[in-house]
Amino acid sequence: MFISIKRIFQIAIMILKRQGLATFAMIFVIAITCLQVSSMFLLGKISQSLILDLEEKVDISVYLKMGTSEEDIFSIKEKLSQAPQVKKIEYVSSEEAREIFIERHKDDLLLMESLVQVGNPFLASLNIKAFMPDHYEEIANLLENSSFRDLVEKVDYYQRKPVIERIFAITSGINKALLFLSLVLGSLTILITFNTIRLATYSLREEIEIERLVGASDWFIRGPFLLQGGISGLLAFLISLSILSLACFFLTPQLKALFPDLSLFSCFGENFFSILLIQFLTGTGLGVFSSFIATRKYLKI
Amino acid sequence: MIQFNKVTKIFSPNSAALENISFKINETEFVSIVGKSGAGKTTLFKLLLVEETPTKGKVFFENQDVHKINRSQLYKLRRKIGMVFQDYKLLPSNTVYENIAYVMKVIGASDEDIHRSVSKVLEIVGLEEKVHNFPRELSIGQRQRVAIARALVHRPKVILADEPTGNLDPYHTSEIIQLLLKIHDLGTTVILATHNKEIINSLEKRTITLENGKVIRDDKKGRFIL
Ligand SMILES: Nc1ncnc2c1ncn2[C@@H]1O[C@H](COP(=O)(O)OP(=O)(O)OP(=O)(O)O)[C@@H](O)[C@H]1O
Ligand SMILES: [Mg+2]
Repeated sequence: MFISIKRIFQIAIMILKRQGLATFAMIFVIAITCLQVSSMFLLGKISQSLILDLEEKVDISVYLKMGTSEEDIFSIKEKLSQAPQVKKIEYVSSEEAREIFIERHKDDLLLMESLVQVGNPFLASLNIKAFMPDHYEEIANLLENSSFRDLVEKVDYYQRKPVIERIFAITSGINKALLFLSLVLGSLTILITFNTIRLATYSLREEIEIERLVGASDWFIRGPFLLQGGISGLLAFLISLSILSLACFFLTPQLKALFPDLSLFSCFGENFFSILLIQFLTGTGLGVFSSFIATRKYLKI
Repeated sequence: MIQFNKVTKIFSPNSAALENISFKINETEFVSIVGKSGAGKTTLFKLLLVEETPTKGKVFFENQDVHKINRSQLYKLRRKIGMVFQDYKLLPSNTVYENIAYVMKVIGASDEDIHRSVSKVLEIVGLEEKVHNFPRELSIGQRQRVAIARALVHRPKVILADEPTGNLDPYHTSEIIQLLLKIHDLGTTVILATHNKEIINSLEKRTITLENGKVIRDDKKGRFIL
């Protein structure tokens, strides 16, 4: 037992030495696959957080008529929060609305002056966030048909409808495109990997057949190749991890300019262990599995 | 020990490489198989080593139908048989030493055992100086001697020698034949396929003569008659 493990290691090292170029090609394609899979994963994470950010910014406001009592407003709020579509309701009194306005425009002296003259023109409002994008329409309809519709001055959903719809069209578009891209690229790289490894092992056909004929067992022949595949996969994993880390590090400032809220490198950091695992499994898995498939073909005799 | 039972092998539909072959070889026999080129000698060996499967009939080794052995267990049969392949079948990327050592590694021999046995067979076939050369760096006759060395090194029960002297000069030919006889004296079953008339006539051992895939003679003390 021990001696055959020793032999398998010896032969694997011999293969690695003699098949330098083929091993190099194998490491190269596996590394590309690892990179592709893990960067797709990272891209997915990033777009997810961007989409969340966008969705977080979407809400509708229900403005209530001047002079509606807080009591009424709270009962409306109570009723609305029972609707299954509503995720969060926030009450902004006219006083608070005024403060927010002042905070935002405090440098505009002219505006501030006229505000003093007008008093408080702001309506109290309820800010509503829904669970799903298409819930906003339903909530707007709900308000339209409710008993308290006379208290509602306006619902700004109708003004903002086109913006909201565009945002959701874009985000679902991004998701679909990402999925499509990773499917296409994924199958492409796996195809290339298998082909490269098949070519790399093709020259071994004759040797494997001879080895079978002089009495080597399947595992004695296959073991070294699986080991070679595993080692290549491991190297590919290390290479692709370093490339991805470096790429994230150097691309972070550039992306910051485009999306100020996004830090690529911290996103990489947060998902480091998932990425590590994904790359490790892709690398060694692909290395061992493709060696297994490649040798299986030649072990028929 | 070895038995062919009504074995037929058909490669192409219009001609049989072997047709209804039956014979028995006992343990420690020395048998020569003679026949013209294309008579079916190599095919016979391939069937015994399960490199090919018979179209009809059965091949037994130690009372076991070799074509019923599970593919993953075939190595056990092959380790008992030392085959000198007509086309040598040396591993091109291994040195002479590694080629011969491989069959010992396969059976789990220790490094010392391997070193001792390989050195000894290399000395026997006179290739001590070529230990670290690759097959492509050897002459054809030298390659043939490596193939012979590999077939002997792990002391198999049976040696199948397919034209082992085809590319050797008379000196090395008689050396190899003496070697086979010596191994046979030590208790190994030897089956020798050849079309060398002198060898057969000087051996005076059992000879099976094949013609067009059929056994036409099986003589106790064979002469080369074709
Ligand atoms: N793989 C194959 N496919 C088709 N025909 C084959 C195959 N192997 C052998 N044959 C045919 O079987 C017949 C016997 O071949 P075999 O190699 O057994 O002859 P042989 O007696 O060993 O000849 P030689 O003395 O030249 O080595 C030949 O006619 C050959 O063409
Ligand atoms: Mg032949």
